[in-house]
Amino acid sequence: MVAKGRTDIGPPHYEEMLPQIIKDNYGKWKYFERIKPGVLKHVSETGDELYTVRAGSPRLLSITSLREFADIADKYCNGHLRFTSRHNVEFLVDDPEKVEPLIAELEERGWPVGGTGNCLNNIIHTQGWIHCHSAATDASGPVKAVMDELFDYFKTDDLPAKLKISMACCLNMCGAVHCSDIAFVGIHRTIPKIDDEGVAKNCEIPNVIAACPTGAIRPNPKAKSVSVNEEKCMYCGNCYTVCPSMKIIDPENDGLAIFVGGKVSNARSGPSFSRLAIPWVPNNPPRWDELVSAIKNLVEIWVKNAKKGERYGEWIERIGWEKFFEIAELPFTDKHIDDFIFSVPTFRTTTNFKYTK
Amino acid sequence: MSDKKRPLLDELKKGPWPSFVKEMEKQAGNKMTEEAIDLLERSYEDKMCHWKHGGIVGVRGYGGGVIGRYCDIPEEFPNVQEFHTMRVNQPSGWFYTSDALRNLADIWEKHGSGLTNMHGATGDAVLLGTTTDHLQPCFDELAENGWDLGGSGSDLRTPSCCVGPARCNNACFDTLHLCHNLTNEYQDELHRPMWPYKFKIKISGCANDCVSSIARADLSIIGTWRDSIRIDAEAVKEYAASGMDIQGLVVDKCPTKACAFDKEKAEFTVDDENCVRCMHCINKMPKALRIGKDCGATILIGGKATIVQSAFLSWVIVPFMKLNKEDGYAELKDLLERIWEWWDENAKVRERIGELIYRKGMRTFLKEVGLEPKAQMVHHPRANPYFFWWPDELVQKEEGDEK
Ligand code: SF4
Ligand code: SF4
Ligand code: SF4
Ligand code: SF4
Repeated sequence: MVAKGRTDIGPPHYEEMLPQIIKDNYGKWKYFERIKPGVLKHVSETGDELYTVRAGSPRLLSITSLREFADIADKYCNGHLRFTSRHNVEFLVDDPEKVEPLIAELEERGWPVGGTGNCLNNIIHTQGWIHCHSAATDASGPVKAVMDELFDYFKTDDLPAKLKISMACCLNMCGAVHCSDIAFVGIHRTIPKIDDEGVAKNCEIPNVIAACPTGAIRPNPKAKSVSVNEEKCMYCGNCYTVCPSMKIIDPENDGLAIFVGGKVSNARSGPSFSRLAIPWVPNNPPRWDELVSAIKNLVEIWVKNAKKGERYGEWIERIGWEKFFEIAELPFTDKHIDDFIFSVPTFRTTTNFKYTK
Repeated sequence: MSDKKRPLLDELKKGPWPSFVKEMEKQAGNKMTEEAIDLLERSYEDKMCHWKHGGIVGVRGYGGGVIGRYCDIPEEFPNVQEFHTMRVNQPSGWFYTSDALRNLADIWEKHGSGLTNMHGATGDAVLLGTTTDHLQPCFDELAENGWDLGGSGSDLRTPSCCVGPARCNNACFDTLHLCHNLTNEYQDELHRPMWPYKFKIKISGCANDCVSSIARADLSIIGTWRDSIRIDAEAVKEYAASGMDIQGLVVDKCPTKACAFDKEKAEFTVDDENCVRCMHCINKMPKALRIGKDCGATILIGGKATIVQSAFLSWVIVPFMKLNKEDGYAELKDLLERIWEWWDENAKVRERIGELIYRKGMRTFLKEVGLEPKAQMVHHPRANPYFFWWPDELVQKEEGDEK
């Protein structure tokens, strides 16, 4: 099958990558402590102690920075490091004496240490304008702007609970943002513009029709193309993903929606979806001011009102969504009421509710 | 550096969080990268991306692992006319030696933009931006150095796992080993798209689910146990002595009221029958409480993001599976292969397994893949009377009985 070169060798074996202290204590870790924001101490049954120092990264990293991480790992960690699923880099230190100098050097070089325990963690996010063709907004830019504003929360661990914020630049949601404490996602608000000639030439019409979740796409045999029923289209962009001639990008109308209250962990309550808080803020580069202040407000009301140990959604469950909208001073609109296929169980079927001003 | 001004992106060099613009500028000595920054500035001006769909590109023998990307205004930005991405399969748990990281950097300096994502949403190390001509040489050099590509398109996507036993006291099984084992067993499925759509596997060592497998994976493997939480009575006393509000922060938050704290004796107990292994008490008192000893995993299916039929969280299909390293996880692989076979035969184009199960009904799925229905699979039974019977469940009448 293959002409030359090796294929199907699989990834490098993780054992080659592990530091000695991990090899020695693999599967023997007994407990861990949170020393301070960004620093974890794991203690093994053997008595060995491993310190992890976590630093935030912008996910988009140059090879210059990868080499810098490698040099830092050589200096402090016998040449070992790892990354987390949320784009942080972690340095694994077996000598407590090296922890503070390592932190000092990371901070000095502009890599902030934090993001553990009840800190704000790094924002998991997607490609945006740097690489994706279906992005309704940029990813790196909004994330940078939000993290700048919330920076102190990355470095302090006295939030009510964990705070996980996620970002996706279109409804494909590569980062699966739908179960985060706070999620912001790029959305469209206008129907795709059909280039009939392009559709006829480049797209498989049955696939285009099947791609639509609401059955909004009909064949248009005259033009060997398709047409979109304006009343049924909710701008998901899925047709554009399968057919480039259904262009849906509309710079002035595209923007971001903000969802809150989801989580993935099973601790206490089960995993849950994030729910719509703000249907649209404008796509406003370079610093997305409206987005940033909306998210700042959402974080601050939780910090102020949640009890110790309550994740965002647990706080809202306790007070009720009607109270959430009141406290957040957010308008509740027809956009907030589900009208997609699983809508009915979200309607209130009890007379138990709270009045709001 | 180009003489073009980038006033919009310059705004994102300010502020305390590490700047992706500065990251890009670190590689601006590369013509392609420099122009990618200019193109991004243009996107900031126009409030839209400047990439388009294009021809499929790849490396010999593989159908996935490379994402083709083309600029939509190549006349103005000829150096990023092609700006493809290569996904490099990460080592389990995202562990690297500094030399391995340098090796990746060196290869990517030679063959691409010098920009990466550490890591992409699926878990791969993403090498961002190269030309069609460089794909094969880059791949060959990666392979010579022990790297391989991950998945893309309608194939098995690169499995990923939490840090597990390498650095976590909660790991109910060896997540790294399982991830590596599955990735290697299914190299063909990973590299040669032949399915209705993508299939993601994510592996978490416990119910804290640090890799979000329940939300992000078609097949979620989440560690658990079936015996008892181990309690270190002395350590409980230490927590109590330190002034921790064990009643309020731990006991009162237990979802099934399965644990109790006797303040006078400073004694913590768990009613194991009623514990649902949510991890909360263990998270709060890691020095005193540990996962059980008879460990395995819960297997769940169908998790995905919104497109097309709504987002799903994965559903329990096997409440407890002992993951057996010794026989190479035969039970899990056997189940996985039956699931793939059914999905491959029945799904429409771009239909995820969760959507297929929703369309065909869970009862059909369970029967076809040979799983017994269990009460653990649902929050509650159905409320409507619209259920089906299989022919062998009915009284069979002789031919001609009916009038
Ligand atoms: S979320 Fe959408 S736009 Fe963003 S990287 Fe994924 S597919 Fe592309
Ligand atoms: S954008 Fe979505 S809803 Fe609208 S026509 Fe396309 S697929 Fe259908
Ligand atoms: S999922 Fe559980 S075992 Fe894995 S890293 Fe998280 S807490 Fe540890
Ligand atoms: S693990 Fe969860 S369910 Fe079990 S006793 Fe602890 S808090 Fe309760």
